Amino acid sequence: MSGKDNRSDGDLIGVDVGGTFTDLIRLDQASGAVRLAKVASTLDNQAFGVMNAVAEAESDLSRVALVIHGTTTTTNAVLERKLSRTGLITTAGFRDVLELGRRTRPQPYGMKGHFEPIIPRDLRIEVPERMDYAGRVVTPLDEDAVRAAGAALLARGAESVVIHFLHAYANPDHEIRAAKVLSDIWPNSYITMGHGLLSESREFERGVTAAVNASVQPLLERYVKRLATELAGGGYGGELLVMNGNGGTVSASRVVKEAAKTVMSGPASGVIAAAYTGRRANRPNLISYDMGGTSTDVALIRDCRPSVSNEIEIEYAMPIHVPMVDVRTIGAGGGSIARVNEAGLLEVGPQSAGADPGPICYGRGGELPTISDANMVLGRLDVGKLKSVPGAVGIEDIRAIFQTRLGDPLGVDAETAAAAVLRMATTRMAGATRMVSVSLGLDPRDFSLFAFGGAGPLHASALAGELGVPEVLVPARPGITNALGCIVADLRHDFVRTVNTPLDAMDIDRLGEMLSSQAAEGEALIRQEPVRIERIEVTHSLDMQFAGQTHLLQVPLASASMTAADIKATFEEVYFNRFRVRLPEIRAQIVNVNTSVTGRRPEVDLGGLIDNAGRAGSVAAAQTGSRPVWFDGAGADSGWQDTPVYAREKLPLDAQISGPAILEQMDTTILIEPQDSAVSDEDGNILVTVGSK
Amino acid sequence: MSLDPITLSVIQAGLQQVCDEMDLSFSRAAFSPVIAEANDRSDGIYAADDGALIAQGAGGLPVFVGTMQYSTAELIRLIGEGRAAAPEPGDIYIVNDPYLGGTHLMDVRFVRPYYRDGKLWCWLSNTGHWPDTGGAVPGGFSASATSVEQEGLRLPPVKLFKKGVMDEEIYAIICSNIRVADQRIGDVKAQAAALDVGADRLDLLLGRYGDDTVAEAITELRRRASAQMRQMIATMPEGSWQSVAYVDSDGVVDEPLEIRLGITRVDDRLRFDFAGSSPPCRGPMNSVLATTLSSVYLAMRHIFPEVPISAGAFEPLDITGYEGTFLDAHYPRPVSGCAAEVSQRIAEAVFAAMVQPLPDRVTAAPAGTSGNFALGGHNAERGRDFVMYQLSGGGYGGNADGDGLSNGCSTIGISKAPPVEIMEQAFPVLYHHYALHEGSAGAGRTRGGFGLDYELELRNGNAKASFVMDHGRFGPQGALGGGDGDVNKVVVFRDGESYVPLHLSKEQDIPLESGDRVWVRTPGGGGYGDPLERSAALVLEDVRLGRYSIDQAADLYGVVLSDSVKADGSGVPTLDEPGTEAKRAEMRAAR
Repeated sequence: MSGKDNRSDGDLIGVDVGGTFTDLIRLDQASGAVRLAKVASTLDNQAFGVMNAVAEAESDLSRVALVIHGTTTTTNAVLERKLSRTGLITTAGFRDVLELGRRTRPQPYGMKGHFEPIIPRDLRIEVPERMDYAGRVVTPLDEDAVRAAGAALLARGAESVVIHFLHAYANPDHEIRAAKVLSDIWPNSYITMGHGLLSESREFERGVTAAVNASVQPLLERYVKRLATELAGGGYGGELLVMNGNGGTVSASRVVKEAAKTVMSGPASGVIAAAYTGRRANRPNLISYDMGGTSTDVALIRDCRPSVSNEIEIEYAMPIHVPMVDVRTIGAGGGSIARVNEAGLLEVGPQSAGADPGPICYGRGGELPTISDANMVLGRLDVGKLKSVPGAVGIEDIRAIFQTRLGDPLGVDAETAAAAVLRMATTRMAGATRMVSVSLGLDPRDFSLFAFGGAGPLHASALAGELGVPEVLVPARPGITNALGCIVADLRHDFVRTVNTPLDAMDIDRLGEMLSSQAAEGEALIRQEPVRIERIEVTHSLDMQFAGQTHLLQVPLASASMTAADIKATFEEVYFNRFRVRLPEIRAQIVNVNTSVTGRRPEVDLGGLIDNAGRAGSVAAAQTGSRPVWFDGAGADSGWQDTPVYAREKLPLDAQISGPAILEQMDTTILIEPQDSAVSDEDGNILVTVGSK
Repeated sequence: MSLDPITLSVIQAGLQQVCDEMDLSFSRAAFSPVIAEANDRSDGIYAADDGALIAQGAGGLPVFVGTMQYSTAELIRLIGEGRAAAPEPGDIYIVNDPYLGGTHLMDVRFVRPYYRDGKLWCWLSNTGHWPDTGGAVPGGFSASATSVEQEGLRLPPVKLFKKGVMDEEIYAIICSNIRVADQRIGDVKAQAAALDVGADRLDLLLGRYGDDTVAEAITELRRRASAQMRQMIATMPEGSWQSVAYVDSDGVVDEPLEIRLGITRVDDRLRFDFAGSSPPCRGPMNSVLATTLSSVYLAMRHIFPEVPISAGAFEPLDITGYEGTFLDAHYPRPVSGCAAEVSQRIAEAVFAAMVQPLPDRVTAAPAGTSGNFALGGHNAERGRDFVMYQLSGGGYGGNADGDGLSNGCSTIGISKAPPVEIMEQAFPVLYHHYALHEGSAGAGRTRGGFGLDYELELRNGNAKASFVMDHGRFGPQGALGGGDGDVNKVVVFRDGESYVPLHLSKEQDIPLESGDRVWVRTPGGGGYGDPLERSAALVLEDVRLGRYSIDQAADLYGVVLSDSVKADGSGVPTLDEPGTEAKRAEMRAAR
């Protein structure tokens, strides 16, 4: 093990590269002191932005024990199709699987659509070989054909290659042999076997997952090396850990082999931070709510554990079937555009003003009313900040646009129109959030809404009210939550094995052995990492269904050695809670056997995220002023109200605040509605009780 | 009218949410893969007095977009006439009669009265496609049925649930008449539970905004949806547009069925006139009226997806001239093909007419067939019988925004096709290939998408193959000068001999033995605009990728390419620019 990380006095750096900003947290483990940095992302070479952030936080890299990094390198590469040139060697007759997909269209209505396969047709080569569904050889592998295909792909400029054979999950022998043959002529290690990342049936999904992996491997490796070199040049001698989409980290030297797992690492970091913060605040059940400029990410955390899914599709017909934190994206953000449609009804989104021109208030030429602009009109955002941007527009200009575009056709004034925009946005976000949370049979009263991102804390109370969630938790640093997620993330490995067996036909001893061996494999991997961990935790679950169904339900197991009767009872309970249906007539079936192995890193104290030395002695002393804010309530609460404004970082730790109030901090604005009240806790979180008055 | 548009907007979103949650609950809990995976189901809210559509789930199968309002209306009528029992709280009616506002027998509707303060307030209804409802062939798609009795069990509206309790006697009758009955209880419970979810969510919505406000909002939303559709229609030029679409045959008589459609804009309304279409047919390609109307609605929604689904949106559409044609079939005409195939030909006729006044919005014809290939037989390895369905996609039509999508799902569907690996796990078949149907895309300034080309072999035992497909005789039509997509092709290899079904795309019970093979190529989409205007570079790219041949580039597009591809596959074709210019000039001159 590396000596460095074992120093308890070294610094930890968590750094997350987002689409717009690169965020960094540096934590001095000895003193608990925290430094933050937020710099522009440099998307062509993200390492520059990271080093800029390191410099801005005045980090002495020789004192740093560990750097943990979340990157969008692979995400952007996939979404923009800026991929390495990748070839496919596949079963004769099946080269078009990646282009045909599953026979879909992008939306239910509208007969137009476009799909670009991740590997072009001339780089997909077939070779004679075939297994059947049981893994029996139908056609032996033609190794000469593999060699010839490899040579042809190299001649066509391929840098990485996928070997993807039908039914390789049942018998990987042909894939393994083909990879061996290929390794003799392939000039690098970028050879991905289809069954390598996730051994499950469904050739399109498995093939796309493998193709994504191969086509981002070279990019990720170059990037990670560049960053490691830059860090070393700055005096850093420790390990670089990289965030995976499952919310766990893995060392830079291993991350490339399963590069596809880093797609979606950014959203995962935020959810990990939410789970960690919630655990410390004794809020084990959260709905995380990250509202940014163009979209909103929502995820479910139960018992401090984020939901993980193997079936995420990152865009139309682009499934990546590796375990990833189940983050759902809703097309509503600060830039979502409001309009009155042909039926005279108000619509908000899904069109967005994006970053350019952006909302009217950005002063970049935007002329369409957005959610951010509605917040300006209603005084919820500081109108004073309008002047600070070049090309500034005045609040009167924004009001005028709201009046002509929305107010006049709706027959109301600009404020009422703006308030309606926010109500519609809340209704839409609540609907989409319900579909991934409370409509799954959960009781909203058991949850808190964890609000972050630039716009999350501004809309969270209204959203919580709509969902029936009684409390909002705003963390100390809502704008750098992803970087915090990096610092607190654990090491993690997930295992999924498909068994597809009725419960009453399952050999329960064998099931126990399967779970135990998956646990042992994960523990071994974690112990190889040069990073200090406090303990290893293992959780087991089964993906189950009633025989004949196609959808799966995840059933947590208390241990690796449960009886069949216990498993059956647990499954039936989980099923009833979800669907309110009992089906004693039908057999239960085990589809997948899952194990997650987590190496817990030492606890990180979050108390320093806001420097307590800067806190005022009383709530009154933290007040910076007041301004009129328009509230959309019933009766006397409705309309303009003079609202006190506080500097959030100056609020005393025992602060109690009654709404209405506005709390401002560097990267976000928290709105406490007239009927709500809020307190602070020891980690500096603000807890808003919804509708408490 | 006192309701403000803001409250209206919020209530509209709330009603939509109720339906979306019913859809989600139904699919996730269902057993039938047709419902769970293919989303062949729909949930909605319907008016208490006349069954008019109030809101319907966004993820419902498009073909159901209008049908449940007709089946609910029929139920209301039968209750009024004393021919169905009067509703009570907790009741759920079951009905699958095609002639009572339905589609085919496999689409089973549940209808639940929803009460407020002891008064019927609205109806909640859903439809789910059951894997089997009895009849001559497993699955219900008999290509040669000549009456509805051969297609399966027909249920009038009866209460399957009485005051919340399932009637075991009615259920026993159903189970005795359908195949694989043991798993149906799971679907029945899932379908009923989805209506419970809807009732709970509606309670919340009404509790929050008040019954009267929501009722008022529903009336106003209907008026506004109608106004929105009329406004869309008003953007079209004045005029009248004709189209014709063909169904290959009815499966029994080998003659094409003709859909003749004339669409006329009259102020802010559209008249759809089907007069002159073929008379009712002997085989199962008849359509019941609810399905015919719904097919027009779903085509219009593909064209104007921004108008929400509600009875108001359909109100400015006057559909006429269907009387006496196969688009308005009555008992006992067989109808199993109406939902899957005839509906798509009706939509194609709507597209082919509407692309003339709306060239930017509407595409050339999509493949427009569900590509239903059923294989039923005995799996000798497992010692049991099986029924397999392979549904497949085809190319979409070229359009103003670009080329058509390849292997898209049917016009009336939204479902995924099952993977080859799953099919081979479940059934005794081995696929030899599953590939792009090369050369199938209709030529155009933007071309159609490519169809699918697959071949499979029966590995053991014996089986019977049945096909209910379409576009075997005529390819999906091109638009605005574009060429047609390639036709659907079926070839069966039995004992080394090749056999083409007499009706090309339809035949029932072709016997197969172990080692026999079935080869299917699905249609490409129609081309859009003059192919001679397509960029030669794009034609070259399709040839380079093997989607079109060098000969097709010349014949369809007038693009001359030199073949420098060597026997080992290396080398690329190159563009002969002067040759292309000359060839295109020659083709233009010859027009």
